[in-house]
Amino acid sequence: MLKFISHFLKSKSNLKSTLSNSRVPISRNFCTTPIRDSIQYDVVIVGAGPAGLSAAIRLKQLCRQNDTDLSVCVLEKGAEVGAHILSGNVFEPRALNELLPQWKQQEAPITTPVSSDKFWFLTKNRAISLPSPFNNEGNYVISLSQLVRWMGAKAEELGVEIYPGFAASEILYDANNKVIGIGTNDMGISKDGSKKENFQRGVEIKGRMTLLSEGCRGSLSEQIMKKYNLREKGGAEHQTYALGIKEVWEIDEEKHQPGAVLHTLGWPLDHKTYGGSFLYHMKDRQIALGLVVALNYQNPFMNPYEEFQKLKHHPAIKPYLEGGTVIQYGARTLNEGGFQSIPYPVFPGGAIIGCSAGFLNVPKIKGTHTAMKSGMLAAEAAFGAVNEGLDMNTYWDALRNSWIWEELYKARNYRPAFKYGLIPGLALSGLEHYILKGRHPITLKHGKPDHEATNAAQLHSPIHYPKPDGILSFDVPTSLHRSNTNHEHDQPPHLRLRDPKIPELTNLPVYAAPESRYCPARVYEYVAAEQNKLKLQINAQNCLHCKACDIKDPKQNIKWTVPEGGGGPGYSVM
Amino acid sequence: MVTIKRVIDYAVKIRVKPDKTGVVTQNVKMSMNPFCEIALEEALRIKESGLASEVIAVSMGPSQSIDTLRTGLAMGADRGIHVEANDSLYPLSVAKILKKLVEIEKPGLLILGKQAIDDDCNQTGQMIAGLLNWPQGTFASKVVLDKEKQVVTVDREVDDGIETLSLNLPAVITTDLRLNQPRYATLPNIMKAKSKPIKKYTPEELNVEIKSDLEIVEVTEPPKRKSGVIVSSVDELIDKLKNEANVI
Repeated sequence: MLKFISHFLKSKSNLKSTLSNSRVPISRNFCTTPIRDSIQYDVVIVGAGPAGLSAAIRLKQLCRQNDTDLSVCVLEKGAEVGAHILSGNVFEPRALNELLPQWKQQEAPITTPVSSDKFWFLTKNRAISLPSPFNNEGNYVISLSQLVRWMGAKAEELGVEIYPGFAASEILYDANNKVIGIGTNDMGISKDGSKKENFQRGVEIKGRMTLLSEGCRGSLSEQIMKKYNLREKGGAEHQTYALGIKEVWEIDEEKHQPGAVLHTLGWPLDHKTYGGSFLYHMKDRQIALGLVVALNYQNPFMNPYEEFQKLKHHPAIKPYLEGGTVIQYGARTLNEGGFQSIPYPVFPGGAIIGCSAGFLNVPKIKGTHTAMKSGMLAAEAAFGAVNEGLDMNTYWDALRNSWIWEELYKARNYRPAFKYGLIPGLALSGLEHYILKGRHPITLKHGKPDHEATNAAQLHSPIHYPKPDGILSFDVPTSLHRSNTNHEHDQPPHLRLRDPKIPELTNLPVYAAPESRYCPARVYEYVAAEQNKLKLQINAQNCLHCKACDIKDPKQNIKWTVPEGGGGPGYSVM
Repeated sequence: MVTIKRVIDYAVKIRVKPDKTGVVTQNVKMSMNPFCEIALEEALRIKESGLASEVIAVSMGPSQSIDTLRTGLAMGADRGIHVEANDSLYPLSVAKILKKLVEIEKPGLLILGKQAIDDDCNQTGQMIAGLLNWPQGTFASKVVLDKEKQVVTVDREVDDGIETLSLNLPAVITTDLRLNQPRYATLPNIMKAKSKPIKKYTPEELNVEIKSDLEIVEVTEPPKRKSGVIVSSVDELIDKLKNEANVI
């Protein structure tokens, strides 16, 4: 990082353009260099996911109802809308029913209603059936990537401008510290920071209102929350996270039961690690299979990807997969903080919506419906703000008066109860679910932040994971190939180390390099360097944009920043 | 005039359809053929150096090809032509349609990518040169236009090195990888491209009959590679070569 900066300072001609792209805390003057094109919109939305697109659609609907028009621009870092969308997904259509009640007639890709709902406790060799705590009646098994693509088309029909392949890398402020839009990445910068033949300056997309819908641990959202102290302002605790690793398989016809939903707890995770697996039957003989592991796990030798590979060999899971092929692979972190971690979502000039704020209902394992609703509520507040000069803070009031709040309040104690262990957690969850239903004044607090929860390596012993068999389980490069992930290789690595010495000084000796284990894309590898020492090698090109490293790095030394737009995974059925 | 083809993106993992009639293209990311991008970039540079007045981008295929044309317009092409055809077009059909378009538009230079990454045919450029009876410079790694003398000098990448040809205009050039680094389409240009004109044709309007002289019999995945074996001695190697591989 320091070497990176000193190189820039030497080449003064590159100074302005490259400094604004670097991660050095720079004064606002550099952010608004006059060299960039500037395009003005009424509302700018960062991220074409369920929340961002719901907000865009809602804004245009309000325009029609009120016989006016607002220009709405949605920026998406993925190469296409839906390319970076990954989710289970058992979809509750509550918000979509409000947003686009004609979704069925309009051929939304929501065609597989939930047909069965199983819940198993796994031990190494057995699966014990438990009563399902979920009520999925009226819900559907879908591919969220497909649904988001459909929503993108609907948004464009209403006049929303969507630009995939453009990454919002910085926030623009005016002289009063108010957010006035975002700046996109410069493109065509080489690994050493120099401009390539096809160097293209980023552009400024200015908005009277800026909505951030970057998903869980959004890079700009995290910046904003820190800058305006939004967690403290909302009386929120820190956010807690889990990492979900998922594959879509195409299986034998006879084994496929469209709409079948299965969740498991227990093996392969131990009693101290919260998490579980899911297996959902979609259409076309496809199933979604994944493992979700809470990132406050303690054993630095734990490898969530390998645990997922183990899971597939379980005698109760294996039969579904035999004879099938993997179509896609991917991973993404998700919020588990729930009610206790919701920050104040409004800042001067904009608001945060969807998982960037964190509205996932953990016991239900659903966040899409609340993300969409939050987008709709923000759109309503933004419409009032931009059109009539009303206060954007009405978004916060709207949230607290909505079913999002009611739902998340009721669900608030399930996850925190697991800090006491798996069995007490299950017991308290049972109590909440069947008897208390959240109707009492106690709100449990979270445990330590995820990155502080990792124990030193000396307190644990390395875990031996079986070799992949190439039929049910695979090595990381094979899986990665199935994610269609790619980045322009000749660009500065987008994973920045605040202090380049910490990996070799702390991560490796004290924690045995957990980043080489939790990253589902093998971005972080320690390779032999001179003097027989190990050195961290960052394979940024592999990155799946899951944000696990930004969350779990023990010294919070790894900062995920957005690479050139258009790179990253290419999910289509996730 | 530059031809651009909409193909499966190069980073996508290709899967063969279960019925072996082709590869899966549903829900798969499509992009502009990389060699076509290079062709378009070269055309744009020629125009920017003042040697050409207009760059026309041509694409043939289903209606989604218009998205690829828009990307070409965003890179800087002045206008687009879309020939709508829903069945697969093989190089000879493409060349026949292209001949009609050339007769209508009368470009001074026709630049194509050397091949498409989905079929790897490497035929269209050569065929259109034959149909038009124009000189051709294929696998171009350098293009220098001399407008006064109406001549273009093309460095070609051939097996034993570089061959330099001098072609009288009008001519056909097909581009190879090292010719240039294509530019990114910037956001303002993408926005402007929305209003650039795209003219539509069908093969019938152009009096071209598309009949396929090729039939795809079967598409299969390449055989799975067996993992290598590390032998422990020369004797073991000889034994394997003799008894397993049967080569000695």
